[in-house]
Amino acid sequence: MRTIRFEDIVANLRNACIKANFELPNDVYQALNAALDKEQSPIGREILSQLIENADIARTERIPICQDTGTAVVWVELGQDVHVEGGFLIDAINEGVRQGYLEGYLRKSIVADPLRRKNTGDNTPAHVHIELVPGEVFRVTVLPKGGGSENMGRLAMLMPADGVDGVKKFVLDAVEKASANPCPPGIIGVGIGSTFDGVALLAKKALLRPIGERHPDPFYADLELELLELVNSLGVGPQGLGGRITTLDVHIEVAATHITSLPVAVNINCHAARRVSFEL
Amino acid sequence: MKESQEYIALETPLSNSDVERLKSGDKVLLNGIVYTARDAAHKKLVETLREGKPLPFNLKGAVIYYCGPSPAPPGRVIGAAGPTTAYRMDPYTPELLKNGLKGMIGKGPRSDYVRRAMVEHKAVYFAATGGAGALLSQRIKAAKVIAYPELGPEAIRELIVENFPLIVVNDIYGRDLYEDGQRKYRRLP
Ligand code: SF4
Repeated sequence: MRTIRFEDIVANLRNACIKANFELPNDVYQALNAALDKEQSPIGREILSQLIENADIARTERIPICQDTGTAVVWVELGQDVHVEGGFLIDAINEGVRQGYLEGYLRKSIVADPLRRKNTGDNTPAHVHIELVPGEVFRVTVLPKGGGSENMGRLAMLMPADGVDGVKKFVLDAVEKASANPCPPGIIGVGIGSTFDGVALLAKKALLRPIGERHPDPFYADLELELLELVNSLGVGPQGLGGRITTLDVHIEVAATHITSLPVAVNINCHAARRVSFEL
Repeated sequence: MKESQEYIALETPLSNSDVERLKSGDKVLLNGIVYTARDAAHKKLVETLREGKPLPFNLKGAVIYYCGPSPAPPGRVIGAAGPTTAYRMDPYTPELLKNGLKGMIGKGPRSDYVRRAMVEHKAVYFAATGGAGALLSQRIKAAKVIAYPELGPEAIRELIVENFPLIVVNDIYGRDLYEDGQRKYRRLP
């Protein structure tokens, strides 16, 4: 049994929220540079150069990459032999988010209630997913998720007969309809299988994987590459103004499903694909 | 769609002859005053117009920037300040255009009825690069809240911008760069 202290979770969460909003992950930064080499549209190239410069300014000047500093999505891989000492894990996460968003001058974008819409003032509550894993691991990923891209997410319960073609069609349709709104090019997260609620979570989980890392199953690795090619043939382009690069990558996560079901979900991330992980 | 690499320098407020020379696809560097407003501020502006009361700023030739910045850290005029999604402002837009609004800055496509109103009232819609909040913040030289401070990030701010990089999406001739650009690069049937 390993013990992890409440205060350590708070402090690390705080720092991760700030770092994530100022420092674009290296894989995303490199993918933007690679995209600049490939893009044919002059306006698309202009935008990609702006995005690279933007990431540079954010990192050196300590200004958020984007003013929408997002919902604090917090993914915890929690070993079953880990014990949190000094308080409730969720409270520690929320306290870290509160401190990070206040002290980092990040925007507070959370309303307490979806219809009465009063801002909570400190960007809490965080949106927490806990994945129970064997052993003594305590690994946390913070993914500040912008509203513009989150709002373009879609989910469908397809028929098994729709098969892989149905999935491809659904993904392409989602990206095309999203157009400029999710600030392309970013990452397309695709969930396939599981249940109605589970498939959305798979799509979100797909956004945690670094750009260029393929699904371990060759079948899905190939499907990712095929979808990447198809999405980048849509013409949507950087910021939806037309071009070759509509997404930097496509990531798929899959799970077992019922004999009657083929759930599929698309969760889009923007070019500000912010992500910081730490382990305690 | 033009694809010249030249920037057109523009100064606010915009006149009819300013917007007449702008074409979908043009790159613009904007200077002068722009006003930030998002959904909640738009609602209030339109209500004020309907009550026949004066607006917090002069709409004639004005440019509205759909933006809710992050808080200004100590020593800076503003935090990250990129555009927000424009379609949420569509229901309020035709009324503002009718009353003299000449330019809007945001991201993402507009509704057909807004595009028609832009042609009718001679106004343009510019895209700023969505998510380039850090870069755009450096082109903002002054910022002050002039109305609705209770709305927090959604308050109306008067910004002074310098060489603010924009792309003309909808011109007064009915063109739309999202449509034209995407069609041009599409390689699927
Ligand atoms: S979609 Fe992403 S990059 Fe665009 S405004 Fe929202 S958070 Fe920023």
